[in-house]
Parts: sequence; C-alpha cells; structure tokens
Amino acid sequence: MSPSGADVLKQIKARIEEVDPADVREGLGNGVVLVDVREPEEFEAGHIPGALHVPRSYLESRIEGAVPDRDAHVVLYCASGNRSAWGAHTLQELLGYENVESMRGGIALWKDRGYDVEVPRALTREQRERYSRHLLIPEVGVEGQQKLLDAKILLLGAGGLGSPAALYLAAAGVGTLGIVDDDEVDLSNLQRQVLHTTDRVGVAKVDSAQETINAINPDVEVVKHQLRLDASNIMDVLPGYDVVIDGLDNFPTRYLLNDASVRLRIPVVSAAILGFDGQLSVFAPYEGPCYRCLFREPPPAELAPSCGANGVLGVLPGTMGLLQATEAVKLVIGKGDPLIGRLLLYDALAATFTEVKVHRDPECPICSRDPESISDEEMGVFPDYEAFCAAAG
Amino acid sequence: MATVKIPPVLRASVGGEREIQASGATVGEVLRTLAAEHPQTESQLFSEGELNRYVNVYLNDEDVRVLDGLDTPVGEGDTLVILPAMAGG
Repeated sequence: MSPSGADVLKQIKARIEEVDPADVREGLGNGVVLVDVREPEEFEAGHIPGALHVPRSYLESRIEGAVPDRDAHVVLYCASGNRSAWGAHTLQELLGYENVESMRGGIALWKDRGYDVEVPRALTREQRERYSRHLLIPEVGVEGQQKLLDAKILLLGAGGLGSPAALYLAAAGVGTLGIVDDDEVDLSNLQRQVLHTTDRVGVAKVDSAQETINAINPDVEVVKHQLRLDASNIMDVLPGYDVVIDGLDNFPTRYLLNDASVRLRIPVVSAAILGFDGQLSVFAPYEGPCYRCLFREPPPAELAPSCGANGVLGVLPGTMGLLQATEAVKLVIGKGDPLIGRLLLYDALAATFTEVKVHRDPECPICSRDPESISDEEMGVFPDYEAFCAAAG
Repeated sequence: MATVKIPPVLRASVGGEREIQASGATVGEVLRTLAAEHPQTESQLFSEGELNRYVNVYLNDEDVRVLDGLDTPVGEGDTLVILPAMAGG
C-alpha cells in the first residue's frame, strides 16, 4: 500500500533540520537567509521582515537567483511548517544546498510568539500586470518595484541623454521624474532626442517630455522645472530628489551640479557624449570620488566642443542615457555594483568599453570638506571660471 | 612600444588616428614622443613642462596621479589613455 501524504511528510521532516522561530529570529542579521515559500497573496498579507520570497511552486527554478551560494545558511518558512519542509528537502537533496532548515510552526507560530511581521503595501492589479517582468526577477520583486514607485529622480536636460533615460525610467515605474530644461523642441534635436516628436517642434521640452512620459505610464508624476540651472536656483531644485541624472551640455553647470550634490549628499549618474564617444560614472558623495576629483578643472573652450557645434551620432546618447538609467535604477533598488569610483569609456566606432579607476582626491576643494562648510559663493566656481565662460560664449 | 588611446578632441592633431604607438620608458617619455611626432598635441598636453591639469592620463586602468605621474614606468604592451573631460549631453 502506498504511504499517505501525512506519512511521507513525517519521513521528510525526519530527514531535514527544523528550527524554532526563536532561533530564526536570533539568526537574522547574522547571515541567515530567510526565504518565504508561500504564494504571492500570502506573502503580501504579511511576512517576516527581511525575508526573500520564492513561492514553493517556483522554488527549483528561482532559488539560485535568490540564493546563489549553496553553502549559505538558508531557512525556509511557510504558513505552518509543512510546505517549507518539502522545500527544504528539495533544496537539500536535489539542489545541493548544504545548510537548509525549515522553520517549525511557520509564520503562524512566529506570530503567536508576538514577533514582527511586515505588511507590504500592495501593488494594484494593473501594476502587478504592468511590472510583472520586474516582479519575476528577485533583485527587483515587489520590494524593488515599491522602491521605484517611491523614487524621485531628477533629469538634468530632456535632450540627448535625458530622453532615453526618461523613457525607460518612466516605463520602469519611477514614481516621480523631475525634468530641468528651459529649451524648446527644435527640428535638429529629433535625430537623437527621442522624447520629442515632429509635431512638437517649438513646444517647451518639459511639456513635450511630460506628454510622452504620461502616455507611457500614468503612474509617473512629472515635475517640470522650466529653467536654466544656475547658482541662484540649484539649491531650490535639487533637494528631495534621490538620484540626479546629469545630461548637461556644459562644464560650468556640471561643476555647479557637483558642488550642490555633494553638499546635499545626492548621488549623480553622470554621462557625457561627443561624436562617437561617451563617458559614464556615478558620483556618490563621500562614498566615492566626486566630479572634481575626476576632472580638477575643465579644458579650455577650444578643447571642449559641444555636440551642438561638433555633432554626435544620434544613437550614442541612446546607449549612454540608458546606461545612466540602469545605474539610477540600481541605486534606487540597492542592487549590484554601481559605477562608483570607475569611469566607463564607450567608443562606438571601435565597439569597445574601457574602464578606468577614479579615486577620491584627498585635496578635493569640495568633497574633502564637510558639506555644511561649502558656501553658496564657492559652488560651481573653478580657476579661470570667468575666462572660461567668456571664451565659451 | 606603448599604445596611446587618443580622445576625440585630439584626433585632428594626430591625423585622425584613434590609437598611436609611441616609445618611451615612462609615461612622460611616451607622451613626449607623441608630442614630438604630432606637434599640435604639445600645447594640448603640456604647459611649462607639466601635464595640463585638465588632462587625465591612465596607465592601463590606473590614474597616473596615484602612481608616479609622468615618471611612472611604462612596459611593453601597456596602454595609455589620454582623457580630457567632455561635457556634451
């Protein structure tokens, strides 16, 4: 006679390790990876804080993404400790996880003990559908998507770099996109500035950007800053944003942005383009170098041509702007290795990426100091600033 | 011989080349060889014998400022990257 399900479960439990909720609670923060194996709606109704979510039905296919280290100390839990026992047996016997336990009594016993339970804000049905491909990757999931929906990202310029970044950040569900641009759409922009359309030539870029973004994703609130960023307004514009995407077209404003962002401790995802070449880095104040650590001073005007004057391959800002968007998303969801302390050089003609190291300058005029000590007057200033601006026209 | 990667703004000064082979035992020597063969690069790289402050130079992936600057030894097959800031957006 075949054994009953209850008999098999009993045998399974004898072959795996079970652990008491009190021990799990103690182990959290000490390297224990806690995995909730219940169904999505159970997880959303409340789970143990810090737990990863891999439903039991997807355990075999998704556990490696969530817990790549086979030697990690993994604790599975479910509602009452049965499904997690099956799961632990699978991980141990079939997938080679060396140190797996199942939490006895499940979250029911955890709650009985009065331990903390986190109830995530739920995504709407439409959001679950819209962001379903994000929810499927463990690095994003519901938690990461909520972070994106809560995020406020400022795009400096709705031009070549800002356009592709805005499109994908909007699609990704970044809750607030601020856009700084005082320009109007020009026919010569359309070769690369893909936020804008032929019928919007002459329209303010911030308005055109808002129209495109909201057509892609009504979840996104667009904050329009129709102005030219300068020392008199930058400290009003930047505060409140989590990440700044720098697609500026001139040096004085890039230095000004650097100084203000260091002062406000806001990370900047910076890119620059010319011809067939692009540069990209992430400047995270006090965590890595700042823009001034990398470029102590700007080159003279004759060695600093702009795309307007010298041209740029239309596709290039697409590539660089999307790398910026990728770095911004990583910063928001807190995953991966951001491009901090590294400068990525892209040569489109050669089809090569080169990476060089960027170090914090212990004598940096800005980020070697306390942010509070940086005054309004010194922001954006560099040697020969006036001569530079005069030469640049 | 070391390979020197030429940034876009300097390419006109080296006949449009993107990479130049130049000899020298140190970073300074390699750059001086480059400047001797392509005199238009001289003022863009150097002023008063020093590397211009707006030009970054990397030996392979490391900033020569954290090595020995122009005195940093260069080996066969090393790559020097000359990198001025760009501001296009």
